[in-house]
Amino acid sequence: MSVSPDELKDRIEAAIPGTRAAVSGDGHHFDAVLEGPAFAGLSRIAAHKLVYDVFGAELGDRIHALSLKITPTEAR
Amino acid sequence: MSDSASNPMREAIESAISENPVILFMKGVPEAPACGFSARSVAILESLDQPFAAVNILPDPAIRQELSAVSGWPTIPQLFVEGELVGGCDIITEMYETGELQTLFGVEHGAPAAAEHQPASTSGPAPLSIENLL
Repeated sequence: MSVSPDELKDRIEAAIPGTRAAVSGDGHHFDAVLEGPAFAGLSRIAAHKLVYDVFGAELGDRIHALSLKITPTEAR
Repeated sequence: MSDSASNPMREAIESAISENPVILFMKGVPEAPACGFSARSVAILESLDQPFAAVNILPDPAIRQELSAVSGWPTIPQLFVEGELVGGCDIITEMYETGELQTLFGVEHGAPAAAEHQPASTSGPAPLSIENLL
């Protein structure tokens, strides 16, 4: 079963408060451009893990690949 | 199972990570990557003339399973430098574009040390010993 980019966008934005996500993809491979205050001060590894944790075991399974471009923003 | 003492695959992966200064866990082999993300990661390392060990995770699902348990990272490829997880393809690419990867490898930005290019040690004994365990 394929996954919609909108589902990924909604789940990321719901799970990581303040994050804005733009997700594109073909149902299996996705590109996500994210920005938000939750990523401020995190290492790249930690920022990516924050997003990976939203999907857990779905990554590599129903979500075959999720490419991330993460920009931290100032907390308000 | 979190006890590495009773888990030869996990032990082999941990040894490979600690024994190889630069090691890439990937789908396929550097000469024939089986996934675009692995291919891009190999291309970046090779463009920096950075020698690296490579482990193909495809032959046995247990390799990937134990690797992710060790690293806490769900996806492939995974690059480790000096025993530390650097990241996957996105992070490798970002760090290459910003020059951080060159700094990490001690390569001057824009002027990779071409003097002594060692090919990726895909046939090296340490990484392949993982597969030989199977």
